[in-house]
Amino acid sequence: MAKRIDVSDLDIYYGNFKAVEGVNLSIEPRSITALIGPSGCGKSTFLRALNRMHEVIPGARVEGKVVIEGQDLYGSDVDPVDVRRQIGMVFQRPNPFPTMSIYDNVAAGLRLNAKKTSKSDMDDLVERSLKGANLWNEVKDRLNRPGSGLSGGQQQRLCIARAIAIQPEVLLMDEPCSALDPISTLAVEDLMMELKEQFTIVIVTHNMQQAARVSETTGFFNLNGVGQPGRLIEYNPTEKIFSNPDEKATEDYISGRFG
Amino acid sequence: MTSTTSAPPAQQPKSRPGDRIFAGTAKGAGILILVILAGVALFLISESVPALTASPDEIPGDGGLASYIGPLIFGTLLSAMIALLVATPLAVAIALFITFYAPRKLAAGLGYVVDLLAAIPSIVYGFWGIAWLAPRLVPFYRWLEENLGFIPFFTGPVSSSGRTMLTIGLVLAVMILPIVSAISREVFSQVPTLHTEAALALGATRWEMIKMAVIPYGKSGIIGGSMLGLGRALGETMAVAIILSGSAAGITWALITSANPQTIAANIALQFPEETGLGVNTLIASGLALFVITLLVNMLARWVVSRRADFSGAN
Repeated sequence: MAKRIDVSDLDIYYGNFKAVEGVNLSIEPRSITALIGPSGCGKSTFLRALNRMHEVIPGARVEGKVVIEGQDLYGSDVDPVDVRRQIGMVFQRPNPFPTMSIYDNVAAGLRLNAKKTSKSDMDDLVERSLKGANLWNEVKDRLNRPGSGLSGGQQQRLCIARAIAIQPEVLLMDEPCSALDPISTLAVEDLMMELKEQFTIVIVTHNMQQAARVSETTGFFNLNGVGQPGRLIEYNPTEKIFSNPDEKATEDYISGRFG
Repeated sequence: MTSTTSAPPAQQPKSRPGDRIFAGTAKGAGILILVILAGVALFLISESVPALTASPDEIPGDGGLASYIGPLIFGTLLSAMIALLVATPLAVAIALFITFYAPRKLAAGLGYVVDLLAAIPSIVYGFWGIAWLAPRLVPFYRWLEENLGFIPFFTGPVSSSGRTMLTIGLVLAVMILPIVSAISREVFSQVPTLHTEAALALGATRWEMIKMAVIPYGKSGIIGGSMLGLGRALGETMAVAIILSGSAAGITWALITSANPQTIAANIALQFPEETGLGVNTLIASGLALFVITLLVNMLARWVVSRRADFSGAN
């Protein structure tokens, strides 16, 4: 299920503006990789390039390669819709569909993928996904209520349930806890630790303690100045990044001297 | 708008002249609308009483009030329904095209144009419908009669002038199309990026994203827009009066013959200059019926929207 991601010489453009330049890295399957760095350094853009979600912005394009277990994501015959079915995403603000019930939110992706699923199979999948997101016990009695009635932390776990319901190979998380209180954050972090048994997880975070707590590998992005493209400055095991980084800029950022 | 000063402290709200003037003006405006509404309702009711209490043979047409107003109500509802059935899907499609499919530069221009078109009085479109569209519909009606004549709607004989109930419905549809698409476009453009991205990230295609995130979110707006259009269609006077003048059949489902029921508004416009005494009261009674129909339709729409308020996306 979980797959390895290899990125080589990746440049990302919005029209003529080069947002990210020259990224090379390999992401191990069944691990959590954290991306940190100051705002505007292109880490979210890079994350979105991993499932081609950046393409929703007109004029966005990439140069370079993103290969997932031998498959080039940007090959000419690859449909971004298929890419996104394999690589799920959780966003910064919880975004359950407000017009759907909790059940339908989880089932939404399944209904897109498998046109014919029996009611009992669907029930099983919804239950399994909600259990997988540690949300089942809290919502099992109100599956037909709107997802927007849940607390922020529950909504975010609902979004995770929705993302894992379609059994993606990779789960991308774009600052999934930045809109949550500490207790909900802890719940989501615990969940990530469980999910990495099955999925390759890449998380963008502004919270360095979070990166240190959950990830095996950390990438530090930075940019030289406004209008300059963001770059991957350092990519190392999390332990090394937070104790003895190779780059001076990484150390400055982590110790709070800038950014 | 009157500017208000900073918020008063919580414990002892200090009265500020700016606040008081603004609150007073707002309250006055709120009361005024209720007074006007009540005034209109009272006028309609009191002026209809003579017609409501008159004996049947005194009412124009000698058949009593119900048989006078009945076909008018039927004609009003039928023409407005045709207009709504034709215009709403088209308007939603136009709005979806502008919001999600058109290239960005074209979309900005188109959105602007649709908003402008919505502001033009609908009779302008209605006139186009009468002068240009109606005569060209006759061959189409002939085709309908030949091929679908077994459906009661399309029984003959086909009107040779094209001045039929279906023409009215289509002209009204043209008239309300801009307002319905302008409002739908407005609603679609407000669908949060969060929701569209959520759908796309699940591997939805553009159309699946629209089905999943956009239309459910915009549903109450689409209903609101079509109700506004329905209001225009129900009350439209001139276009209907021009097309259907002289034809006053009873209740009939045949849409393409030359015998068609009038609508309330057109009937008032055509008959008012001629009538005196009880005839005027009868027309006002039909106006009361239109008033009640409009209120009912609006309440129905609000009920439809509120039924799933929890799921509206407004929370």
